[in-house]
Amino acid sequence: MMFPISYLADFDSLSGTPRTVGLAVAVAVGVAFGFVLERAGFGRAQKLVGQFYGRDMTVLKVMFTGIVAAMLGAVILSGVGVLDLEAVQFNYPTFLWPMIVGGLVLGAGFVMSGYCPGTSFVATASGKLDGLATVAGVVVGSLVYAEVEPRLGGFQNSGRLGAFTLSKWLHLPPAVIAAMVVVLALGAFVAAERIEARVSGRAAAAPGRSRRWVFAGLAALCVVAIATLALPTSATP
Amino acid sequence: MERNPEKFWNPYLAGLALGAVVLATYLVMGKGVGASGASFRLGVWATSVVAPAHAGAVPAMAGAMEDHHPLNDWLVFEVLGIVLGGVLAAWTSGRLRREVLKGPTFGSGARIALAIAGGVLMGFAAKLTRGCTSGQALSGGAVQSVGSWAFMLSVFAGGYAVAYFVRRQWR
Repeated sequence: MMFPISYLADFDSLSGTPRTVGLAVAVAVGVAFGFVLERAGFGRAQKLVGQFYGRDMTVLKVMFTGIVAAMLGAVILSGVGVLDLEAVQFNYPTFLWPMIVGGLVLGAGFVMSGYCPGTSFVATASGKLDGLATVAGVVVGSLVYAEVEPRLGGFQNSGRLGAFTLSKWLHLPPAVIAAMVVVLALGAFVAAERIEARVSGRAAAAPGRSRRWVFAGLAALCVVAIATLALPTSATP
Repeated sequence: MERNPEKFWNPYLAGLALGAVVLATYLVMGKGVGASGASFRLGVWATSVVAPAHAGAVPAMAGAMEDHHPLNDWLVFEVLGIVLGGVLAAWTSGRLRREVLKGPTFGSGARIALAIAGGVLMGFAAKLTRGCTSGQALSGGAVQSVGSWAFMLSVFAGGYAVAYFVRRQWR
């Protein structure tokens, strides 16, 4: 296990040089993240909310491809003994009820504002004043939460399941879960393209070459992920 | 470089790039990307300047000021990077322009009001869910967290439930 690197582990408690290095990494990650989001079209509200009107399903395509790509990478690197996947999963504990209720509220805010909290920064960066208004709203909303949190009666900690993962829930290795998610994603992409064609009233555009390569690549990575299960380094679920 | 504001990356290739950024962040930091946490810290910092005693008395705000200055935080610097990367990408694609995005028949004032209201809801909700679409759905979803997936499905459900009522802002 070489990753995550121990030098920057438990960042919040770091000080001195490691903290400075970590903050520099943060800026670099942010530049890459912001650049990709903008080029995907996520600095434009119409492109984001098109998802909820069936006009433009870019959100689903980009988001789901991003999730399965990162998941396959993490599962494969964990399978060959390079990444401690559980150390990453530890940072994403499940609190079921607040996550479901908060998700519904966040989704409502998303179609109202036209952005999510991250993409509102990208929109602001590209000069969109409605993006800036969203950023201000998110700041205010999070402060309102801080004010009322003591009166929530512990709801924010309800449904606490710890680092509960799909593989623990379904009793399957992470690689098998990843392959199942890829199948779901590919099905969702084909369905999304059909919905776009129906809403726009045009015939579906011929699948591009890059789309075909991405789909084939994800399928190939699934096979690699499953193959790592045969390695002695592979962790059992 | 060609500047065409209507030209975006192929969504599947953009998704691969996004996945690569998240994976690299797991490897270096042990967790993925985020956004809403930085918004909260901006608010905590503003509150600590205007009303320091009050900021210290609210548990969640005090927690964000405990060890370091509220802006001395990984997510704050990452969001600084997001803005830099966003400016760079918007400028090189010809999309860097001051405007209010809305439908042609909808008023700018009403659009800004909806954006603020939606933002307030998201800011509140993202604290409740310990992360937003970046920090929870994308970064937690990719390491197969059940809570992240429940959150993500709820976001889509909430969006579809409300979309009809705010459709006029895009007409």
